[in-house]
Amino acid sequence: MATTATLPQINKPLAQELNPSLVEGNLSYHEVTEQVCEIVEGAVHRNWYIGFAISFSIFLMMVGMLGYQLFTGVGVWGNNAPVAWAWDITNFVFWIGIGHAGTLISAVLFLFRQKWRTSINRAAEAMTLFAVACAAIYPVMHTGRPWRTYWLFPVPNLDLNMWQNFRSPLMWDVFAISTYGSVSAVFWYMGLIPDLATLRDRAAVAGKHTRAMILGVFSLGWRFSARHWTNYEKMYLLLAAISTPLVLSVHSIVSFDFATSVIPGWHTTIFPPYFVAGAVFSGFAMVQTLLLVTRWALGLENLITSKHLDNMNKIILATGMIVGYAYATEFFIAWYSANQYERFVFFNRAFGPYWWAYALMVSCNVLSPQIFWVKSLRTNVIVTFIMSIFVNIGMWFERFVIIASSLHRDFMPSSWGYFQPSYVDICTFIGTFGFFMTLFLLFLRFIPCIALSEVKGAMAAQAHLPGHEPVKGTTPVHAGGHH
Amino acid sequence: MGLMSFFAPRVPKGVYGLMAEYDGPDTLLEACKAVRDAGYKKTDSFSPFPIHGMEEALGLPESKVGKIAILFSFTGASIALLMQWWTGAEGYPLIVGGKPLFAFEPSIPITFELTVLLSAFSSVALMLALNGLPRFNHPVFGAKNFDRVGDDRFMLLIEKSDPKFDETATRQLLEATHPKSTQVVESN
Repeated sequence: MATTATLPQINKPLAQELNPSLVEGNLSYHEVTEQVCEIVEGAVHRNWYIGFAISFSIFLMMVGMLGYQLFTGVGVWGNNAPVAWAWDITNFVFWIGIGHAGTLISAVLFLFRQKWRTSINRAAEAMTLFAVACAAIYPVMHTGRPWRTYWLFPVPNLDLNMWQNFRSPLMWDVFAISTYGSVSAVFWYMGLIPDLATLRDRAAVAGKHTRAMILGVFSLGWRFSARHWTNYEKMYLLLAAISTPLVLSVHSIVSFDFATSVIPGWHTTIFPPYFVAGAVFSGFAMVQTLLLVTRWALGLENLITSKHLDNMNKIILATGMIVGYAYATEFFIAWYSANQYERFVFFNRAFGPYWWAYALMVSCNVLSPQIFWVKSLRTNVIVTFIMSIFVNIGMWFERFVIIASSLHRDFMPSSWGYFQPSYVDICTFIGTFGFFMTLFLLFLRFIPCIALSEVKGAMAAQAHLPGHEPVKGTTPVHAGGHH
Repeated sequence: MGLMSFFAPRVPKGVYGLMAEYDGPDTLLEACKAVRDAGYKKTDSFSPFPIHGMEEALGLPESKVGKIAILFSFTGASIALLMQWWTGAEGYPLIVGGKPLFAFEPSIPITFELTVLLSAFSSVALMLALNGLPRFNHPVFGAKNFDRVGDDRFMLLIEKSDPKFDETATRQLLEATHPKSTQVVESN
């Protein structure tokens, strides 16, 4: 095993293998195993340490801020009447939305048999889990007493003495988010089992018994049996089929938090599809940001190819236009409804005190993705990275605009106000990025970031296609004959 | 001795079966068909990824995971509806905003989520249960090169418990499928 070789050289052939136009490069299964396992078994790349040190420091800042909030009170945040929901809910919706791309890639693209997903699906699923973890921080901390979080669930206990109000969309949200988080975790873990077993066997051969023992427990004694694969494949297909409506339901239910209220600007039927499209849009932007950082941190420049960037930028363009259409529809309906409060809210949104946030949102989400009509810009790494940051910013502001601008000027002008975040708000939010990146970098180091068994299955399937050679080291069998 | 052998052995010592190794999925698939056509039932193959057509080649029945999981999804929906009705209308009736104590419309989201939750978790639990996992010890772990099945090895096993098993005749059948090698797998 070439532990001294640098990662970019090792992964180059794999990148060719994953790129349909370069499959003639013809790798053996063993070479693919070596290249992917090298990342978790070989020496740690220097850039990884740099990235981890930065992320972990930012994460510690978040821990400090949450600790301060816990001991002082929720008042350290900037929310106050009339904007009682502010950065906490904005950030919650922002992080939940980001998670959606992971499930979309792992489940929806699986059902549509999109082979290009195999090299990015595991990283995208991991991103989903970490984004949900970041999102969960906000509602839990906003309760003020996180140790009472079990009150959110119908757990029989002696100190609450009542049942939850299941007619409230906030309770629907509790169930949607916790189901989403746990199903995504299970989906991700099930995909990992064969690869953990591969790592287990490699550790055992290398004489690393403790490592083999730990991996052995987590791979549940998987032995690659065909009888097991049959049940496994059925289970995986079911999870994909279940996760597809689940991912659509989650952001719909998040939008119910707003849509079922009577606040002008929130009380609209367009919210569920509008939120789902925005979630996919922001999620794909975050996948782009992360994958480009991953290429840098692990030296995987040849693994995540321009084909991936191209496909994902097309999805960003499409969902960005859906979001733009939703913005336009909201304004039309506000005018068409002839309701003075609706009309005021939308006029105030675009031209009131928060006009700058609205302008930023429209330019980042609707105008800037239009450059992706040009193919050379879709496949350009620098342009893609900058655009992904733009979309992340734009989608954060979308949630901020919906929440703050609808609340700050209510029905009664005497109670109007203007929300400004406190430094605790700002540092906590920045800290969640540290938390997110810390988890993601740990994932890259300890878990194979490419789904080995899936990539090999795709190689075997591809070898049967006309114009493709058999996988190196194997003997092809043609129909009707043997050898 | 395989690496996962930290549980007490249960199978009596002796021959567990015959294992043949192939260089790829195509050759393994052909060998499986030959063994199936020869009438063997207690067979299994081992490969780094699921091979398309293997169920048919080994004569395996369709997985039961889906059929049983659907029962759990109905259970999830029923639990959700019962829970929302009982807690809201019986256990702690409280009028909020003039809404009825129980209605189907506001109960849809949680009913959907619990249906999904139970379907997903039961699919996973059924996969593990039907596969007999987690099981950390198995005779095949002791086979030569078995620690490379997760990498690039393709193997076919015929168990001794198969009524047609005969060490000489079965080995001849396996040799006729042009394997890279054959070996006896010991019980552990």
